[in-house]
Amino acid sequence: MKIMQIQVNGKERDVPAGTSVATLLRELGLDGRMLVVELNRRIVRPPEIESVQLEAGDRVELVHFVGGG
Amino acid sequence: MAPLEIAGRTFASRLIVGTGKYPSPEIMLDAIRASGADMVTVAVRRVDIENPDRDDILRTLSPDEFSLLPNTAACYSAEEAIRAARLGRAAGMSDWVKLEVIGDPDTLLPHTEELIEATRVLVAEGFVVLPYTNDDLITALRLEEAGAAAVMPLASPIGSGLGLLNPLNIRIIKSRLSVPVIVDAGVGTASDACATMEQGVDGILMNTAIAAAEDPVEMAGAMRLAVEAGRRAYVAGRMPRREWAVPSSPLEGVPPPA
Repeated sequence: MKIMQIQVNGKERDVPAGTSVATLLRELGLDGRMLVVELNRRIVRPPEIESVQLEAGDRVELVHFVGGG
Repeated sequence: MAPLEIAGRTFASRLIVGTGKYPSPEIMLDAIRASGADMVTVAVRRVDIENPDRDDILRTLSPDEFSLLPNTAACYSAEEAIRAARLGRAAGMSDWVKLEVIGDPDTLLPHTEELIEATRVLVAEGFVVLPYTNDDLITALRLEEAGAAAVMPLASPIGSGLGLLNPLNIRIIKSRLSVPVIVDAGVGTASDACATMEQGVDGILMNTAIAAAEDPVEMAGAMRLAVEAGRRAYVAGRMPRREWAVPSSPLEGVPPPA
């Protein structure tokens, strides 16, 4: 299996080549949570999560709501 | 008390509260309920991947009970703030945003040029934009022109608790804008909230004054009463100020001294 490196929330991570956003979320145990996925500064909408494939060097941000003023 | 109306939506409470810096999620929820606020601000931040429940505000606050108003706190340019607003919209399925573009880390005063620019862009994208700004009329007017749904001048710097430093500027802004004016930041205690509402503004947004009180739930209740008291006093119209005393009791009919 070919491995590629991506960044998730600023940390490097190795994932199998061809991993989709949905697979990454399942790997991280975050599937089904209320969060927003941003891939290379573009928001990935929920309907695209299964289909969008990650590439080596991709920068993924996973964000949610926290307390703030 | 007439409800607060922003962008065609009505809110029973004129108090909007933040959700940061509470001692615990339970105290936060009790305090927000005690404040009577319908709308609460939230921030958008990275999920802690090792511990995703940590800091997840939706574990405590139900969007069915409160309207969530995402902020763009900690953004220092229009570009960063626009990105944060889009993330907030995607997270919350609402077009409302409390827009903050900070110009300086020590005072957290707004970067007004970037703020006006970000307002323009976000309004064009269909956002309902509520910008946090300074107590400056010209900036407030330009934000209104740019399409802000309400303008939110500060009472004093964020988290300072110094109260309403320039009531004159707040009154001037209120008198010249057509959109609602919500004073955001600086209130320290209930008397500040009351005095702010007495200027005639439409509402107050506060966080630290409640969250950092020794008893946040009790302070939240006090703020609810203070906002209502200040609003009602404003609507009632205060008596004129006079330099000299005017007796309250009749001068006639006083029994003469023996």
